[in-house]
Amino acid sequence: MNAGSLLFFVCAVACLVGALSTIVAKNPIRGAVGLLTTIVGIAGLFLVLDAQFLAAIQLIVYAGAVVVLFVFVIMLLGPDAGAGTNVEHEPLEPAGRIARGFSIGIVALMLIGAVTLLALSSEEPTRFVSVSAEHGTVEAVGNLLFTRGLVPFELATILLIVAVVGAIAIARTRPAKKLHTKKASASRRMFHGPLVPRDDTGRPAGSPSALGKEAAE
Amino acid sequence: MILGNMLEHYTLLSGVIFSIGVVGFLVRRNVLVQLMSIELMLNSVNLALVAYNRLHAANMNGQMFAFFIIAVAAAEVAVGLAIVLQFYRLRATINSDEADTLRQ
Repeated sequence: MNAGSLLFFVCAVACLVGALSTIVAKNPIRGAVGLLTTIVGIAGLFLVLDAQFLAAIQLIVYAGAVVVLFVFVIMLLGPDAGAGTNVEHEPLEPAGRIARGFSIGIVALMLIGAVTLLALSSEEPTRFVSVSAEHGTVEAVGNLLFTRGLVPFELATILLIVAVVGAIAIARTRPAKKLHTKKASASRRMFHGPLVPRDDTGRPAGSPSALGKEAAE
Repeated sequence: MILGNMLEHYTLLSGVIFSIGVVGFLVRRNVLVQLMSIELMLNSVNLALVAYNRLHAANMNGQMFAFFIIAVAAAEVAVGLAIVLQFYRLRATINSDEADTLRQ
């Protein structure tokens, strides 16, 4: 067992343990730590696969930003985030139980089928050939990103800006509880209140259902 | 036995992680854990892309794809967590079974 083989084994085990603990954890903080383990494991696998740039990006973006964002939200929600509460303990309806068993069964069946096919296959395994030294370096991938991938790269920047503005607009809009009579400015409506004035029932003021209720009364 | 020098190891690992993500997304009812399961699936796809790119090492298009997937995943998780916060404000829970306002 050489060094690359050992790194693959350690990272693969970390990925599997982390992924399993993500989905079985009762406490979402434990789930976030499991996700972090998986992400670090996959970054290690990127190193085995000669993708140094992606390994660094994986650690910076996922471990540094995404997991921290998850932890922030879990901390913000406090005990309601699922730790110690009975979010998952309410019994499912029979139809829900059947659907859950069915979905797990299908996924397990597909997985077992894939492994069996792979094990029974008489073809030679696809071995990797050696690559040039600059494969996956920052220089090579950056060169590709700014030549062939320039248009998608710029589109990705637009996507990220839209996502940031959208996340702020969604997270800072208060759900309507009371009627907003005062006409607010566009930016104030975007960041401090609902886009459409609501009545007491939470429906948009003047909507057909609200009007119909008034007529009924 | 040498591990990690053939494509099958990576595709198998990627498939297993993807399946774990699918099961987590379908079974759990905590919206935060469901979002984490989506991240698991995206990560497993990245792993498969980079592994296939290692096989076809003449260019690095697979790594470029994985780079864009990471960018999209970051955008997705930012908007997704904002929606979770707003859902929590509206219903005071993060049980995804409670997200049924459209049905009422």
